[in-house]
Order: sequence, then structure tokens, then C-alpha cells
Amino acid sequence: MAIIETREITKVYKIGDIAVNALNSVSLLIEKGEFAAIMGPSGSGKSTFMNILGCLDKPTSGRYLLEGADISGLRKDDLSTIRNKNIGFVFQGFNLLPRTSAIENVELPMLYNSFSANERSQRAEAALKKVGLSGRENHHPNQLSGGQQQRVAIARALVNNASIILADEPTGNLDTKTSAEIMELFTKLNTESNITIILVTHEHDIAAYSRRIIKFLDGYVVSDETKT
Amino acid sequence: MINIPSTIKISFKSLRVNKMRSALTMLGIVIGVGAVITMLAVGSGASQKIEEQISSMGSNLLMILPGATTAGGVRMGIGTQPTLSMDDTEAIQRECPSVLYVAPIHSGIAQIIYGNQNWSTGVVGTTPSMLYIRDWQLEQGRPFTEEDVRNASKVCLLGQTVIDSLFGSINPVGQIIRIKNVPFTVIGVLEKKGQSPMGQDQDDTIYIPVTTAQKKLFGTAFPGMVRLIMVKAQSKEDLNAAEKQIAELLRQRHRIGQKQDDDFTVRNLTQAMQASEQSAKVMTLLLGAIASVSLLVGGIGIMNIMLVSVTERTREIGIRMAVGAKTWDIRLQFIIEALTLSLIGGAFGIIIGISGSKVLSMIAGWPTIVSPLSISLAFSFSGIVGIFFGFYPAYKASLLDPIDALRYE
Ligand SMILES: Nc1ncnc2c1ncn2[C@@H]1O[C@H](COP(=O)(O)OP(=O)(O)O)[C@@H](O)[C@H]1O
Ligand SMILES: [Mg+2]
Repeated sequence: MAIIETREITKVYKIGDIAVNALNSVSLLIEKGEFAAIMGPSGSGKSTFMNILGCLDKPTSGRYLLEGADISGLRKDDLSTIRNKNIGFVFQGFNLLPRTSAIENVELPMLYNSFSANERSQRAEAALKKVGLSGRENHHPNQLSGGQQQRVAIARALVNNASIILADEPTGNLDTKTSAEIMELFTKLNTESNITIILVTHEHDIAAYSRRIIKFLDGYVVSDETKT
Repeated sequence: MINIPSTIKISFKSLRVNKMRSALTMLGIVIGVGAVITMLAVGSGASQKIEEQISSMGSNLLMILPGATTAGGVRMGIGTQPTLSMDDTEAIQRECPSVLYVAPIHSGIAQIIYGNQNWSTGVVGTTPSMLYIRDWQLEQGRPFTEEDVRNASKVCLLGQTVIDSLFGSINPVGQIIRIKNVPFTVIGVLEKKGQSPMGQDQDDTIYIPVTTAQKKLFGTAFPGMVRLIMVKAQSKEDLNAAEKQIAELLRQRHRIGQKQDDDFTVRNLTQAMQASEQSAKVMTLLLGAIASVSLLVGGIGIMNIMLVSVTERTREIGIRMAVGAKTWDIRLQFIIEALTLSLIGGAFGIIIGISGSKVLSMIAGWPTIVSPLSISLAFSFSGIVGIFFGFYPAYKASLLDPIDALRYE
């Protein structure tokens, strides 16, 4: 069973009388443990697709099966629970809480779960160690470099043992060297922890870290290649 | 499932981040709670003062006044006809089971002289029961007795005001004073009572045996008649029964026919006093209600700040939703923030209210009473205000779309 399956997903945005078809009949299968890159020009529907995969949004039509279960009928709070347990997000702009320490940022998903305060700090420390940020627990985001902030965000995505990490242009704000470090971290998480990773990028160097490259154009999937 | 302790932790943290703003928002509640507590304290202080004055009159009192007879078709006013006698007094004591004490009053205004001092005051001729009726103790000396009444002795008890005006620092007991030029021996001093509910100085008085008053000072054309009769009922519950028994007895004694009007009036003093007590209580409520308005205004301040806060923290809300916060996680976070603001404000308001009441009572010379009830009332009201005015911003926050919120700049 594929961990992610979309069947003829469409997404239509209506602005006044104008309808924008952000996604057109997208059908994809992604297996557990895959590392896939989504590419395509700006406005081709990549982020829209990622938001649907991340249960932040619902498709206008079509079905989305996450670990075999159809999520289209679920309520808002059920989707929150799925995001909390199964999905970790990494954003281009990091999206950390300002004026909040690294460890507290990493603990954030666990606040909406049943962990005790003790478990929370232990797990958050372990996650920060995994991304190579031991000793930076009490630094605030504005005291960390871009690469370090993105590591905190990755630790936050890992901390609930998510099976999928969705990263929308995670290296978009980083220099080449730091980008490479972040991509190596993703690769390590993919190979060592068997976490399914889907990332959006413009850059071929970045996409080269993944085994599978899916290309979007005007809301259609125009190519889907897996390295052998 | 909502994790309450961590929601509280989140709320406290965001309040700490904006210390100055939190403090200013609280100020509205501080003032509101302070005002409620102070106003209630002023009101209950006034109520208590009135209550004290009422009990200084003596409790469960009835007053019987002569008059209100119809003479040749013309109804005369109360007190115009001398229809009450000493015998009536004794009969009431004997025959009305609901009556505890009865005392006649035969009084007038007279000039008092001691040495080269003089003073004009009300002289009350009565019997020893009067002191029990008024719950009035002697500060020193002895009360006059039934024998003094029988012999029409020229003895008197003085109120504090009279003593202050005539004697200065001299001990009055044993001294001779002249009332309307008749020499009286001072045998006792009445304890200080202060003002009556009507604002009269109760200590500006002299008590003498009723017979002495009739024979030596205020003689009338109707010997044996008295101006009025004071009655103390057995208890509060007996007041109405006593009133009825007295009316029946007096109608019978005065031979008043079925269709004739009474030639006397029985007045329930306690009831009359309680009306003024009631109005003081109404005033307390009114003051409290007015002060509550400022608490409501404080609540609106909280709502205002919370709405600003929700807008400013849209991205934060988006992040929280993305990592799994549910509708009520978000709502509770903001409600608890509002509640924390209002409760901390309420706690400071209690301190302000208590000190405000003290200061006010010092400045105004008016007693104020801060009751635990008013404190808990104001405090819980501030909590309700926090929840009420925090709900709408919290509701708005929970309705945000996570994608839009994450993109918010
Ligand atoms: N909330 C929205 N409302 C209206 N149109 C939208 C919205 N989000 C995205 N779109 C439109 O959908 C299309 C796909 O957008 P997006 O998925 O963000 O593209 P990409 O991430 O590939 O750059 C674009 O034309 C964009 O303008
Ligand atoms: Mg995009």
C-alpha cells in the first residue's frame, strides 16, 4: 500500500468570476520511504499540491488516500490530529515562533498531544541532537543562522515521529553550502529513519538529492521520473 | 483532547512577551474591580451605620400616641387629645401577652441650671422600664425605681450631651441641678448613644420619674394623662400580635364602639426604621452597579487588545494549526490569556479596592466595610468579564484558515 495516493485531484480557486485551476486531475502514488522532489515553474500548483498532501487543504474533487485512508470526509479537527501525528512541515521561511527558544519551538507539536512536560523536553532535546543542534536549545530564532533555524524546523517536524516530511522550497532562503547541509540532513533522515520525504524545489542541484523527480506545469503532472 | 496545563503555559508566555501592553490592559480591570469593592464598601458602611442607629433606638418598639379622635365631625390630628393614661400603661403591661415592657412618657422642654451654667433640653418623665425598652445602660450611678415613681422623687438621669454642657469635668452624680427652678438630684449618667436614625442627638435628654414630671414640671388639666406610651414586644415576631392586643385593649378601655375610630394610634417604630435600612441597601446595590460599568469598560479594553493580538499573531496561529492545534486549543489559548489578564487585574483591583475604601473612610469620615462577599463577587465578575470579552477574539482566531494564516505577513 502506498503511503500517499492521489486520484484525479483537482483544485479550483475562484476569485470573483474567474476560476483558477491550480491542479488538474493529479494522480500520483508515493511509497513509504520514498524521497521525491517536485519541480515546476512558479504558479504551476506545487504548493497547492503540498498543502493538500499535508491535510492543510482539501481538493475540489478527486480522492486523497493517506496510508490507505480517505481523508476527504474528515473534519477540521481530525485533520489537525493527522497533521500532528503523521506529517511534519518544513517551510521556505522556517515559520518558527519568534521570541521562543529552539527547544520550545520543537516542543510545539507535542503541546497538542498527550506528552508530559518531561517527555516533551526529552524528545525535543533528542530531536535537536538529531539535526545537529545540541547546545542551542535555549537560543531564540533571531540568535540562529538561517541554516540553524531550518534545522530547528526539521527537528520540530521529526519530534512526533512523523512518517512524512513535506518541505516546500526548504532551501529557498539559504546559500548553496547551507542548502547542501540541509539536503544531507534530509537524505540521512530518509535513509536512516525511513521517513518519506517530499520536497519542492526550483533547483536541479537540490532535486538531484532525491531519487524521483515529479514535474508540474499549469496544474498538470507533466513528467515523473525515478532514477534507477 | 486538549492539554490544559500546556495551554495555560502558552498563554502566560505570550502575556510575558508583551509586558507593558498586558499591564495597561489589566489596568482597566484593576480600576473596575477596585471601584466595585470601594462602592460596595461605602454602601455597606452606610447600611451598617443606619443599622447601628436603629438598634440604638432599642429593638421591637411600638409607640402609642393619643388623639386622632373625631370631635363633632372634625378629625383631630394625632396627639391633640390627651386620651392615654397611666392606667392604660399598667393595663397593657398586665393584659397583653406579646408585650415585654411598657413605659409612659410625659415630657417637655425645660431650662436646666447648674451653678452658673444653663442648658435647654427635653425632659422625659417615665418609669424604670424605659431603660429596658431603649436597651440603655447607665455609665454610672443608679436608675430611679418604682418607689421614686410612687413618691414623685426629684431625681434625674442625665444624657452625655447635657453633662458635657453643664458639668465639664465635674462628676455629676450627687450634684443638684434645677429644672424649671425645681431642684433635682442627679443619681445616674446615661451611656452615650449617638444619633437616632432621624438625626436627633439621643444624648441630649434628661430622664425623671413620670409622676414628678406630671406634678412638678409639666402639669396639665388632665392629671394622670401621659403624652405617649412606649412598648417593647417580646420579639420581632410578636410585634404584630402586640399591636393587635394593644389596640383591642385600648378600644375596650376607652369604650370605643364598633363603628367609631380609634382615639389613639399605634406606630411600629422598628418597621419605619427598617425602611431607611432598606434604602441604604438599595443605594449599595446602585453604587455597585455603577462601578460594574467601569469593570465592563475594562472588559472591552481586554477584547480590544485581544483582537489586536490575534491579528498580530496570525502567523503564529497558522504555525500552531499546522503542527496540530485544534479549534479549541486555539480558542482556549486566547480565552485563558484574556482570563489571566482579567484575574491578575482583579487581584490588584482587590488591593486597590481595600486601600481605596480605607482612604475614603478617612477622608469622608464615613465608615466603609469591605466584606469578603464583595471581594469574591468583584473577583468572579472580573473572571466572567475576561471569559466573555475574550471569547470573540478567541473564536475569530480559531476560524482562521491555516494556509492563509501561514502566509500572513
Ligand atoms: N488561495 C488562493 N486563491 C486563489 N488562487 C490561488 C490561491 N493559492 C494559489 N492560487 C493560484 O493557484 C495557482 C498555483 O499556485 P501555487 O500552488 O502556489 O503555485 P507554486 O507553488 O507552484 O508556485 C497559481 O496560479 C496561484 O495564483
Ligand atoms: Mg509555491
